[in-house]
Amino acid sequence: MATKQIIHGIFGDEVPMLEACKKLRAAGIRINDVFTPMPIHGIDAIIGLPRTRMAICAFIYGITGTSLATLMMWYMMVSDWPNDIGGKPTWAYYMAVPAFIPITFEATVFCAAHGMALTYLLRCWLIPGTKAKNPDPRTTDDKFMIYLELKEEQAKKAESILKECGVEEVNFKGTLQIEPKH
Amino acid sequence: MVHIDYRFRPCFLWGIGCLAYTIGVGIGSWGSNNGADWAWDITNFVWWIGIGHAGTLISAVLLLFRQKWRMGINRSAEAMTIFAVLCAAIFVTLHTGRPWLDYMLFPLPNQFGSLWPNFNSPLLWDVFAVSTYMTVSIVFWYIGLIPDFAMVRDRIVKPWQKKMYLLLSFGWGGSARHWSRFEEVSLVLAGLSTPLVFSVHSIVSMDFATSILPGWHTTIFPPYFVSGAVFSGFAMVLTLMLVVRKIYKLEAYLRIKHIEYMNIVIIVTGSIVGVAYLTELFVAWYSGVEWEQYAFLNRATGPLSWSYWIMMSCNVLSPQLFWIKKIRTSVLATFILSIVVNIGMWFERFVIIVPTLLRTYLPSSWNTYQPSFIDIGIFVGTLGMFGTFFLLFSRFFPVIAQAELKTILKSSGQQQKLDSAKHSHHAATHN
Repeated sequence: MATKQIIHGIFGDEVPMLEACKKLRAAGIRINDVFTPMPIHGIDAIIGLPRTRMAICAFIYGITGTSLATLMMWYMMVSDWPNDIGGKPTWAYYMAVPAFIPITFEATVFCAAHGMALTYLLRCWLIPGTKAKNPDPRTTDDKFMIYLELKEEQAKKAESILKECGVEEVNFKGTLQIEPKH
Repeated sequence: MVHIDYRFRPCFLWGIGCLAYTIGVGIGSWGSNNGADWAWDITNFVWWIGIGHAGTLISAVLLLFRQKWRMGINRSAEAMTIFAVLCAAIFVTLHTGRPWLDYMLFPLPNQFGSLWPNFNSPLLWDVFAVSTYMTVSIVFWYIGLIPDFAMVRDRIVKPWQKKMYLLLSFGWGGSARHWSRFEEVSLVLAGLSTPLVFSVHSIVSMDFATSILPGWHTTIFPPYFVSGAVFSGFAMVLTLMLVVRKIYKLEAYLRIKHIEYMNIVIIVTGSIVGVAYLTELFVAWYSGVEWEQYAFLNRATGPLSWSYWIMMSCNVLSPQLFWIKKIRTSVLATFILSIVVNIGMWFERFVIIVPTLLRTYLPSSWNTYQPSFIDIGIFVGTLGMFGTFFLLFSRFFPVIAQAELKTILKSSGQQQKLDSAKHSHHAATHN
């Protein structure tokens, strides 16, 4: 059974924190997470996060909306009860398609927006009633935190890198038991 | 105990009373009649929807254009959008006459054989457009609020308040993964909301434009309505923002520059609206269609011509004052003119709807119009509801999008020092 130390490196600004992230990664140390009060551009590449696929989700939900709206209007206006309203017959889908465009568009936007928002909330597990996910409450205000889980020898190296980059505090928050890999 | 501002309560309560009366007695209690079968209800609906558009424009369109000045105002503008759309929804749900049957507007399987709504009708497009617009605006607004709620949660002291904000913040922690998803979601939602906001008011205008009434049956309506919506929306944002700025002493965040930029948007959209009015007149004359010509002549010189001239002076002339820098950077002048613009835009919708309907093809169905006590009451009630909701919002929710604002403020700390150090070093080596 190996143990890992939990380290919170707290910075007062994003610039030294990003510097520390780069140096930690260069030293071969894995950064588990970074907690910041605001989005920081380009941090994904620096700490090695894969690009999010939220936009792809939105696209898929969007075309689902388009298809559902088309199917709905075709079924109701063409298949189930064709009509001739104001000299604009709906005997076939193509005959009335201009009138169907606004709702097709709205349904696309509706499904894309809500589908993506739900996916986002579930993927980040942002659910009412869940506990706050930041280990240090100051990180939603004005502090920036690098969160590390490291073995003894790496922890020492990480601490010296953090200090070198002007960290404000290095907090050791206990240890974590890791099951050895089989 | 937190102090809640109750000053809009009388309006709100009067509105609720009139609303209940309408539901109990029917819309015969309104001033609408044969002829003006749409009157205050649809005027108010279009006015409120239009006001809502500025919020989406500020938060979505300006996000796509990377206009950073929007960050001071986007949160309250988005809140305003939602409250305005709620007010608008009251009028559309009531004007059907039997609001308890409004579910029939949606394409639900029903017991009347297979009776479906008519998808050829712009009124049905409106149902879809407005409900999409309202729900998407709420989602966009709330997703932006989550990190700010988390900040309040982590700073607030009283345990029950902490619990409340923990619930509202959905447990947000601000990890890099979540931020990267947050940014992508915000960008895509902005990209979706931008065409949405244009579609909503275009569809609202098609409620009129696809009919065959002279004065309504014009192709200029969609762009003209959209620019009118942005025009009145920005005016309403200014009205509210100047009040909030004063009460909460936000002068450091909502600066004169913001007011000036918004006034410039008002000049642009106001001028577009002015050009649209003149185009309508020109086309009516140039078309040679006497019905069209009469429709516009009636608006300008008929029995309700006073409303036409209020519209013209408030919407076309008053925003031109903003060409003068002293006026567009003055808080008081902006406040007064923003209210003038909103009055003008209310009358624009009134002029489009009522005088047109009172003088249609058959002189035998010509009529006069007077709003009833109930009409006025419901309108004042929505103003009260809007004010109440906005004050509640500004009491409990972060009125400035702080997480977003920090992206400018924090980087101006260390980064600024680095930049200026580099700069001075550069200057030193050159001298």
